[in-house]
Amino acid sequence: MDETVIRINDLSKSFGAVAAVQGVSFTLGRGQTAGLLGGNGAGKTTTIGMLLGLIVPSGGSVEILGEDMLRHRHRVLPRLNFSSPYVDFPNRLKVRENLMVFAQLYGLRRARARIDELAADLDLTRLLDQKTGSLSSGQKTRVSVAKALLNRPEILLLDEPTASLDPDTADWVRGYLETYQRATGASILLASHNMAEVERLCDEVLMMKQGRIVDSGAPAALIARYGRHDLEEVFLDIARNRKAAAQ
Amino acid sequence: MTPLDRDPRAIRRIGALLLRHAYLMRSSPTRLFDLMYWPLLQMVVWGFITVFLARHSSWMVQAGGVLIGAVLLWDVLVRGQFGMTLSLLEEMWSRNLANLFVSPLRTIEFALSLMILSMLRSLFGVVPAALLAIPLFAYSIFDLGPALVAFWAVLTMFGWGVGLVISAALIRFGLAAESYAWASIFVLAPVSGVYYPIDTLPAWLRPISWALPSTHVFEGMRAVMIDHVFRWGLLGSALALNVIYLALGIGLFLLAFRSARQRGALLHAGE
Repeated sequence: MDETVIRINDLSKSFGAVAAVQGVSFTLGRGQTAGLLGGNGAGKTTTIGMLLGLIVPSGGSVEILGEDMLRHRHRVLPRLNFSSPYVDFPNRLKVRENLMVFAQLYGLRRARARIDELAADLDLTRLLDQKTGSLSSGQKTRVSVAKALLNRPEILLLDEPTASLDPDTADWVRGYLETYQRATGASILLASHNMAEVERLCDEVLMMKQGRIVDSGAPAALIARYGRHDLEEVFLDIARNRKAAAQ
Repeated sequence: MTPLDRDPRAIRRIGALLLRHAYLMRSSPTRLFDLMYWPLLQMVVWGFITVFLARHSSWMVQAGGVLIGAVLLWDVLVRGQFGMTLSLLEEMWSRNLANLFVSPLRTIEFALSLMILSMLRSLFGVVPAALLAIPLFAYSIFDLGPALVAFWAVLTMFGWGVGLVISAALIRFGLAAESYAWASIFVLAPVSGVYYPIDTLPAWLRPISWALPSTHVFEGMRAVMIDHVFRWGLLGSALALNVIYLALGIGLFLLAFRSARQRGALLHAGE
């Protein structure tokens, strides 16, 4: 690995008596894509929330781009971005207005040109003057991706980036993320329970269950280790406590 | 050193939040009407009460406009607090808080933007009613002169203090606390002496009343309008109390955000 951009060590988070994340450690190199894969309540979103500084960990450390996120997250936040279907935009604002507000928050120069450029890339140009609330979920996802790319982030944190999208739009979004990564060398960490997505996009998969990373590796290596045909079968093995064939 | 001194881009981020609300107002003119509606209605009602009482009371003739002045200044406080909490609620309703707080925006910048929005909302809400009182009831609150600026400033600052405390409750308890955003401020009306002098209150209630900056403003307003004196002591004590309420409000607001980060509430705020 050339350069580590995310270094997580022994990260944990408890909400009262519930341990949402326990002893999670991993690293992500520049230009790599890693996927947090797990069922509902596995701790994926909580992990991403801690990486972004939205959730304070109960223990462990989060280092992003060489900075301690718990102490200096404002040094790092301009260099990363985030998209999630569970976070929305003001629906009464036009798409262009929402993007302009975030362009100003990220201190972008030539904000208008950047918005036009992203709108062209993400096929949003004809939607720019529509109210965000009038868009379909697929269109909103593309707006969310546009917002996440406004500041040309070095690290993208994506929580279920293609949830609730039809297969065609989902495929299109994945393709766009691959193009962005190739062009910029950005690193991507995504949380998903879409196996095909993780298999296609990720160099490394971190299988999460009950707040822990229970296995990890390249998608092909994991599939081989469990003696399965695809990640979905590996996921089911892990969910049902079946051990890897190679073990 | 303030956050603005440390990072000049803070001004741009605060500007971004103001822009967001300017877009919202432009997209929804009914919101602008909502701002003006209650102050206008209150002014008209109290204007007619003043006209009626003036026919039956020599005191009211002498103190012409004191009730209209009171209702307008009361609305400065109410709109100031509403302006602050409504701006926060707009972010919660639209489930936008997580987007905001993964951007470089700092909590204190968010609080400052809410304060500016509160000031703008009270200006847009109360100034039209104050202007309309001139032709309708031959009463101009602007005759208070520089005293009006002082009273307006004190009430706006107190509105920020109360607004910050209520905003902290919204962050801590989520939309379940929404009704407090609309109702809490009215608890202060009876003890602030908006429409009557504080010696009208029972003796045991007066210390509570004097602990509120708003009381000092309304007593001060009556002194200007009836006795034609500006009581500097009242202004000084109101400002001192405001410092305490603002410090308390900012402290609770920051604490609520810290607690929200502990509980993971920012990610799901508004749900």
